Amino acid sequence: MLGQILYALPFLAEGFALTLWVSLLVVVLSLIAGVLMGVGLVYGPVPLRWAVRIFSDTIRGIPILVLIFFVYYGLPAVGVHLQSFWAAVLALTLFKTAQVVEYLRGAVASIPKGQSEAAMAIGLTFRQRLAYVIFPQAFRRFLPPWINGVTDAVKGSALVSLLGITDLMQAINQVIGRTYEAMPLYIFGALVYFAVNYALSLASRRLERRFSFIRE
Amino acid sequence: MGYALNFNLIWRHFDKLWGGLLLSLELAVISIAIGIVIGLVLAVWYVSAGRVVRAVIAAYVEFIRNVPLILLVYLVFYGLPTVVDIAYSAQTSFIATLSLYSGAYLVEVFRSGLEAVPRGQIDAGKAIGLTPWQRLIHVRLPTMLRITLPALSNTFLSLFKDTSVASVISVPELTYGAQWINFNTFRIVEVYLVVTAMYLLTGYVLLFALRLVERRFRAAR
Repeated sequence: MLGQILYALPFLAEGFALTLWVSLLVVVLSLIAGVLMGVGLVYGPVPLRWAVRIFSDTIRGIPILVLIFFVYYGLPAVGVHLQSFWAAVLALTLFKTAQVVEYLRGAVASIPKGQSEAAMAIGLTFRQRLAYVIFPQAFRRFLPPWINGVTDAVKGSALVSLLGITDLMQAINQVIGRTYEAMPLYIFGALVYFAVNYALSLASRRLERRFSFIRE
Repeated sequence: MGYALNFNLIWRHFDKLWGGLLLSLELAVISIAIGIVIGLVLAVWYVSAGRVVRAVIAAYVEFIRNVPLILLVYLVFYGLPTVVDIAYSAQTSFIATLSLYSGAYLVEVFRSGLEAVPRGQIDAGKAIGLTPWQRLIHVRLPTMLRITLPALSNTFLSLFKDTSVASVISVPELTYGAQWINFNTFRIVEVYLVVTAMYLLTGYVLLFALRLVERRFRAAR
């Protein structure tokens, strides 16, 4: 039983590497897109605000699995051909972006209005206000939930196995298909996911404590 | 592009989606009902228990929260019957999984809710001579439920979305219905547009209804 796992270990490790790679891509891309869209939501002109609001509420209102199938099967139907890997990354990124938008909106909203007004009073431009006044303070509010949300990206990445991408989840299913050792392998997989995500949530908790000095 | 939208085939097979939506709701309702029982029992136990019990409950909560739902679904449906002598349908297996899953999230919700019950209320209960059990039933739990109602409805809404994972073990809920139509009619864009609308609409109706309930039972200030 253990021998089976040991024998399959290199294969499982490859799957795990893919899980981490997908998660990393999704986390980085959604951070960029989410911050840009979040700024658009808070400071943009009204049509942009509406567009971002509708995007975010729609994405967060449907199951991530539906989003993955929609992107994976829907894009080729309208003539956009992506490798399944990139379709999966795109779908997960859209999902995560909507979350980042909400984290950013919440973080910026938590900064007292006086800060922004004071920055205006001393003549800072919009970009300077964001860069020197709002973002440094909002950052502390943004970071803990964001890191905690990284676990969602790792957990969500397990769904790409349904598109035939050999991530950890799919690797485990394939090894089970060969060895019929379902229970040990699922438990092994659960422990691997647990280790990664638990480390992330510990980091988030620690950061939260570290930044808890903010005065209201 | 060259893709002409044609919803006719979707309407012809709409029973798959409608039945799927009802099953999704059913799965979510049954699972949260069992999850609430699990959550309540473990949360009440947790706040009054010693270190060992606390560690065990915390381990259950952290394990479930940090593992992908799809893996838990596979584990219970394909894994468990290989080591334990039980047989169950995909649907029963999924309900069991989602109940355990929601239970873990609800333990956390109820535990922090119990801690948020004002000290004065418990003291007042003591002062009028209620036993610890009476204080739990008549003072702590009602107040805790009012405090946790918003978190409870959020958990229910996300469980409703999580039921889509049941499609991976062929439980014919809404996402499964969408895939069936996708594979059998190839009206891909249409079916996912309709299903997106169905999830959104149901979600907002549920949200609206739950907010009404929350307003009715809002914790007194």
